[in-house]
Amino acid sequence: MMSQKHAIVMNEKDNTATAVEAIDAGTAVVVSVAGQDLAVAVKHKIPFGHKFALRAIEPGGPVIKYGETIGYATKPIAGGEHVHVHNLESGRGRGDK
Amino acid sequence: MKFMGYRRADGKAGIRNHVLILPAVVCANRVARGIADMVSGAVWVEHQNGCTQLGADLELSRRVLVAHGAHPNVFGVVVVGLGCETLRAQAVAEEIRAACPGKPVKLVIIQDEGGSVKATTAGAIAAREMLGQASREVKVEIDAAELILGTECGGSDACSGISANPALGKASDLLIEDGGTVILAETTELIGAEHIVAARAVSPAVAERCYEVIARCEKQATDMGVDMRGGQPTPGNIEGGLSSIEEKSLGCVYKAGTKPLQDVIDYAMPVTKRGLVWMDTPGQDIEQLTGMVAGGCQIVVFTTGRGTCCGSPIVPTIKVATNSELFRHMNDNIDLDAGPIVAGAATVDQIGQVIYDEMLAVASGKLCKAEILGFNDFAIHRIGPTM
Repeated sequence: MMSQKHAIVMNEKDNTATAVEAIDAGTAVVVSVAGQDLAVAVKHKIPFGHKFALRAIEPGGPVIKYGETIGYATKPIAGGEHVHVHNLESGRGRGDK
Repeated sequence: MKFMGYRRADGKAGIRNHVLILPAVVCANRVARGIADMVSGAVWVEHQNGCTQLGADLELSRRVLVAHGAHPNVFGVVVVGLGCETLRAQAVAEEIRAACPGKPVKLVIIQDEGGSVKATTAGAIAAREMLGQASREVKVEIDAAELILGTECGGSDACSGISANPALGKASDLLIEDGGTVILAETTELIGAEHIVAARAVSPAVAERCYEVIARCEKQATDMGVDMRGGQPTPGNIEGGLSSIEEKSLGCVYKAGTKPLQDVIDYAMPVTKRGLVWMDTPGQDIEQLTGMVAGGCQIVVFTTGRGTCCGSPIVPTIKVATNSELFRHMNDNIDLDAGPIVAGAATVDQIGQVIYDEMLAVASGKLCKAEILGFNDFAIHRIGPTM
């Protein structure tokens, strides 16, 4: 199983997974969440180290990794979408707001 | 656990036996380097500070320079001044002597010596004598409880929080279980993770300090009217998959392990508590490294996902790659590989033990790559203007 690992979910509360190898668009990825397998159809090419959504996240909704909020969605994010600075914004240190 | 190190006259434990050439002011950099060039085995630093600084900013530079001269990894020090600067080289040398009775300290003032050539010669003669004396020092067995580990991560990627930082956290726990001390730093890179550290504080006062230093740091960004994402995460962090400062911080905080937080101290202040201590430093790697060394850490473990080569001139700086691709790609600079955790080929605890074993080997004299390659990174955090 280990050799097939494409992505890691750090905490069962997470709504994102982190790719531990580059994943092509259209790949069906199986991740382990608290010991349970979860299948996600990855919609975009995900570079090594980048994230994709495990399920839909609504605009303004928290993006969760390590069981903690790492920022907020700036637009609707569907399960399997690449999650990064184009659709996630930080809630901290925002002197511009 | 034990290691073979140097017992200093002031009772402290050193793991290196350096002769340090220390300019007290920016104007003395060239002479300091000239002395080090002439004497094989001497180390030197360069910096931009020491003149036309004011108040707390001047005090901070003084503290960092004195602490480097007084550091237990330093056998002897040549302090170089120009002669007319704000931060008096005489005072720096005197403070090192007062803190470390018995440590060889030579003061060279360029204006008094009659110029840079004569000052370089005077410094080189003193450094040559010190290196001869240093070579006769005999190592003794010292308990790991006397080690202070500085933890650092720089050039983070999304694997930092999965592999190298949790493994360094395990090594931090192992050192604290053996009675030692660990510095967690880079306050900027704890924004969004402060509640995790504060929850482990030994008292409400220490927990309150965690929130205070984070609020001060975050306010600097908001006062400037900018989005902190202009500088944090860095462009390299973002290319590596980190999307926000919170994500970076939550990965960073793993390197502190799981032990109670004993204290929160200011930049470059001496570490006085045993166990886990938070030093309030910027996230900039070299200013952080310099602050932790000034605080008294004798060894640093530095995790990196994008790759960094830096190292303190007086404190071994061990690099740990978060991914095996980086370990191969920048192998001249990276000592250990935590990538097998990502691949599922090793556990966090296994790599944590590897890091701890390497720390003790380096404490006993094994050279890390930054030392072999002669890195002497040094930068003093500034909190005021140059006038």
